[in-house]
Amino acid sequence: MKARIFVTLKPGVLDPQGKAIQHALAGLGFGGVNDVRAGRLIELELADGTGEAEVDAMCRQLLANTVIENYRVELLG
Amino acid sequence: MKSAVIVFPGSNCDRDLAVALEAVGGSKPEMVWHRETELPEGLDLIGVPGGFSYGDYLRSGAMAARSPVMQAVAQAAARGTFVLGVCNGFQVLTEAGLLPGALMRNAGTHFVCRDVALTVENSQSAFTSRYAAGERITVPVAHHDGNYVADPATLDRLEGEGRVAFRYGEAVNGSARDIAGILNDTGNVLGMMPHPERAIDKGHGGTDGRRLFEGLAESLMTHA
Repeated sequence: MKARIFVTLKPGVLDPQGKAIQHALAGLGFGGVNDVRAGRLIELELADGTGEAEVDAMCRQLLANTVIENYRVELLG
Repeated sequence: MKSAVIVFPGSNCDRDLAVALEAVGGSKPEMVWHRETELPEGLDLIGVPGGFSYGDYLRSGAMAARSPVMQAVAQAAARGTFVLGVCNGFQVLTEAGLLPGALMRNAGTHFVCRDVALTVENSQSAFTSRYAAGERITVPVAHHDGNYVADPATLDRLEGEGRVAFRYGEAVNGSARDIAGILNDTGNVLGMMPHPERAIDKGHGGTDGRRLFEGLAESLMTHA
């Protein structure tokens, strides 16, 4: 089984990297971007029997910093 | 003063910190590798140094905060042992939950490496007793992720409880309320982005960091 974990900055937390990407897009002539938020995608190959609760614990203990980040887990077949 | 400096793969200010501790505290700190599960007995102070532990993978300080030795550091801090985290060390201490908040990418997205003005906000802690409250000092910074972030309630609590040890006296990295260094609720853990160990000798271009170590040495001698 595979897990996909999307780690994103919490709303309200300023994202300097997102701002830099937005400026770079504007520099390329893409003016229609109002805001950019950059996050991280982590893919895990899970051993049989590794449950959602365990993946959630992995997120809380290491993969996301819940002070500034939210996470969402997608389990794939 | 009996001290130890934790060494992670990618630490690069561990020896600078050791030199400062020896110069001011009088004895050589023990260098403790991150794989250790126990610390030397009878430590007064643990230094968590600057650098780029684990190449800043995942988030600055994230991997180091979960390394075996950090459990021992957390236990020692809970028993009252003093802990000083500088730069990456501050990032490690927030990631380990020993200090609140987090350190994000600098607001300007650039690595900032220069001397900066700091204001000493609290001169009552063991770390800052040799400074005067409100004093302006100059200490170098060298970081990419020094933008301190915490929710407003946490920031209010830090300020209300006198736990902001140092503030920037100029724009540096976008830190909330210009916070450069904070104390834990019992005052025995300090994390700061500026490098006091790089300002202890005239050859460094400034000596404003020296009194942090002198104050610590004095407080910890009195303790013992």
